[in-house]
Formats: sequence, structure tokens, C-alpha cells
Amino acid sequence: MNSIGFSWNILSDLAAMWQYDFMRHAFEAGTIVAIVAGVIGYFIVLRRSSFAAHAMAEIGFAGAAGAVLLGINPIVGLLVFTCGGSFAIASLGRKAADRDVQIGTVLAFMLGLGVLFISLYSGYATEAYSLLFGEILGISSTDVLVTLIAGAVLLVAVAVLYRPMLFASLDEDVAEAKGLSIFWIGVAFMLLVAITTSVSVQVVGVLLIFALMVTPAATAQLIAKRPMQGIAISVAIALLATWVGLFISFYLPYPVSFFITGITFLVYVTVRFIFNS
Amino acid sequence: MTDKEVVIEAKDLSGGYPTNTVWEKASFSIKKGEFVGVLGPNGAGKTTFFRMLLGLSKPIKGSLTIFGNIPSRGNPKIGYIPQRHPIDSETGIEALQIVRLGLDGNRWGIGLSKDNTDKAMAALKIVGAEELAHRPLGALSGGELQRIFLAEALVGEPELLLLDEPLANLDIKRESDFVELIHDVVRSRGVTVLLIAHNINPLLPVLDRVIYVASGRVTDGKPSEILTSESLSKLYGIPVEVLKDSHGRIAIIGTEEPVHEHE
Repeated sequence: MNSIGFSWNILSDLAAMWQYDFMRHAFEAGTIVAIVAGVIGYFIVLRRSSFAAHAMAEIGFAGAAGAVLLGINPIVGLLVFTCGGSFAIASLGRKAADRDVQIGTVLAFMLGLGVLFISLYSGYATEAYSLLFGEILGISSTDVLVTLIAGAVLLVAVAVLYRPMLFASLDEDVAEAKGLSIFWIGVAFMLLVAITTSVSVQVVGVLLIFALMVTPAATAQLIAKRPMQGIAISVAIALLATWVGLFISFYLPYPVSFFITGITFLVYVTVRFIFNS
Repeated sequence: MTDKEVVIEAKDLSGGYPTNTVWEKASFSIKKGEFVGVLGPNGAGKTTFFRMLLGLSKPIKGSLTIFGNIPSRGNPKIGYIPQRHPIDSETGIEALQIVRLGLDGNRWGIGLSKDNTDKAMAALKIVGAEELAHRPLGALSGGELQRIFLAEALVGEPELLLLDEPLANLDIKRESDFVELIHDVVRSRGVTVLLIAHNINPLLPVLDRVIYVASGRVTDGKPSEILTSESLSKLYGIPVEVLKDSHGRIAIIGTEEPVHEHE
């Protein structure tokens, strides 16, 4: 990908790659996204809402493609569509995880809508490609700032909603009897997923978002006994995958997304194998 | 018994859904410390009654009071075990965590106070499940899970326990063990218990009162008054026979569904 060669001195390697703005921005945004995706992902897996989260990404794709068509920042379209999608999915009922048929039909339609917008745009196929698979090496300093603000808002929201979200995820009926509104917790949770999806798309794209939001958390779920521990493990795996992925891709002419998804998958399979035997 | 305070009072109460009354004209009162079995066929509206007590659904007609007030959601005096507790077998979270949520899961924030963890541990001790505290929920058996859920219901030191079919999925031995456990816990604390069950037999040694819901009607009284051929025939409106074996176990014959499932 560039002329600078790999040396075994990792620090000097990092210093070399951080001379480039695009690499620095990639590391900055990637780090923030890995943290929030790891945190929110833990709740997604706990609630067994990974399909809803996947649908959210596809809904976001239609929004982003629409924004590209209108000539505005894709993140605006992402946020508008995914936040709308949050209410739609939450209103499907208490057990969003069981509504996979309804979610699936919406998902397919949204993907189709996204394809239409992209073709109407008649611009470059690269736009579609980067929305679907991520474009972490094309992140601007403004994007980093937006990601940072969104990430901070998300973490504060999770801290406030922490116990009710855990309770409603683990033991919905008792949580409801204890006075929690399962509906509004569901909406709040899907909104958190919506915002996380919107900022994660720039790193791994809508099709690969699973790799950052679900795979590390699913791994953590197998190991952790306490929720805080689970969140920490989930974040650690997402961070590791993002950093190592970016590092490798600096030297090799293959997409970062592949390395990130590959690493999280490898960790998941390894942990599963160890825990099953 | 008569001088004890009334915990639950129903007057001419009808329950069900806005479009569909499931049972009507129920009047009864439950006093502090009573162990009450709520019996009746599936779909008779037993869980509906619990949801009314929890403030999750409203009476269609009549009045219902609990500790002298109209039921409201989030009443800290109530401990609740719902029916069919779904636990993902891959959930690695330890039992202690869910018990703790029973205490402070409805509060905002992260809440890392050691105090509440100690209280959760104490609740596990009460149900004799201390050694399960750090075991993953997904790895526990049905009987072990029921003890964890009981600890979760007890951790807030409730005055009333609502247990919706806690004996389902337990074998005969574990059924009686669990009933005995509940009985010990509540007798020593003066807690009132309403327990929905399909099989009356494991409950017979401990029951003070029976609420029987069937055919849109509700009847209540002492087990010896309600669990008779005469009273159940009147309730169902069809001939029903209550048979007793030499151990005092009973079987109810002639209802649309075998109430007596095991053995």
C-alpha cells in the first residue's frame, strides 16, 4: 500500500504510519468505534437482538445512499434512517428478537431502496462500495470529531441506562413488574444501536458491522461472569481487531475490513473451541 | 386468623382483557402470612390475576386492593417469579448478578455498591444457593434456576410473593423440596404467598387457602372446603370428582384437562 517497509520495531512502525493524516484519522476513529461497538454489542448479544442490529445497518445503508443522492453527508442519512428504524423495530413488540420475519422483510426492502438511490446517483460505484464495506482510510478530521462526540454521548447514555437495560435484557418480566417500561427501554436500546451503527459504518461498512458489534460481544458472553467484565472483554477484542487490522493493512494491499472481520472471527472460533472442550 | 391484617382484597372483581372478560364476580380476601394456592386449568386467567396485582393490567369491573391501596407498578412490597423464565444456555453471567438486579435493577446508573452485592449473597444464602452464586446462569438446572429466581424475588425483602408456576419443569422430589423451601422462608418472615400451580399435591401440606379459577368463575376457601367433589362440580358447572389416595394425595377427575399431571 505504500513504500515504507515493515520493521520489527512496532513503535517506529506506528510512528511512520501516523505521519500520514489518513492513518492517524483511521486509528482515532477506529478506536472510538471499537469502544462503542464493543459496549453496545454486549447488550445486543445479551438481548439476543443481533438480527435487529444487522437490520439496523441495512436500514442505515438506504439512508446513507439517499444522503449521497441528495449530496449531503452520508452520516446524516444514516442517523435519520436508523433512528426511524429504532422506533419501527421497537414497536414490533416486546420480543424484537422473535420478530425476524418482519425485520427481514424491512431489511430486504431497505437494501433494495439503497440500491435504487445508488443507481440514481449515477456517480461512482466507490460510494456504494465504501458504504457496504467501509472506508476507514478515507476518514476526515471532521469525521473523527463527529465520531468522538457520538461516542461520548453513547457511553454516557449507556452508563445512565446500564442497570435497567441489563435487567430488561436478562429478566424482562420481572423488570416490568418492578416498574420498568420495557417498551421505552427497547426504544432507547435501539436508538443506541442506531447511533453506534451510524458511526461504525465508516469503519467496516454496513455489511461487516457484525464483526465489530456482535462477534467480540458474542465471544465475551462466553467468557465473562459479570457484565462489566463482559463489556471490557468485548471492547478489548474490538480494539485489538481494529488496531491489528489497520496495522497489517498499512503493509498489505488488502482491505482493512477483511482483517478486522478475520481477527474477530478467529478470536470467536478459538474461544468457542476452548470453552466447548 | 381473623384479626390478622388483610393483604389482598377483591370485591366483585372481573378480570381479563378489555375485549374479553376471563372471569368475573370474584370476592375474597387474603390475610398476612397465608400460603395461597391459585389453581385452575390453563387459560382460566390465573396469570391475569397476578398481572392485576402487579399493576400491569386493570380490573375490568369491581375493586382490588393490595396492602390497602390500588395496585401500582413497581410495588417494592411484592416479589415475583414469572412463568417461563427464558435463560439463554450460552449466558455466561453468574447467578449472583440476576439476584442483585432484583434489588436495584430498576435504578439508573451503573451501581457498583458492595452493599447490594452482599444483600444478593444473603438472599442466595436464604434459599440455600450460596454455592451457585458464581456459576453461569446458562449452566444451571431447572431446580437450581428456580432457587435463583426465588432469591431474586426475596432480595428486596417483599411482604408478598407472587409465584407463577414455579413448580413447572421440576420432578416430584424437587417439587416438594421447593415447596418446603418457600414455606420455611415465608413462615419465618411472615410473608404472604400466592402460588400458581397445576398439581395441587406437593402444596397440600403447606396450603392455608385455595383460590380456584375455572369456567369464568373464582371460588376460594380452605383446601378442605374447595377441593371437594361438590364444590368443584359447582364451580365447573359439570360433575367433577375429587379422589383421595391412602397418602392423602388427591386427583381431580372430570375437568376438561387433567389437573393432576404427575405420578
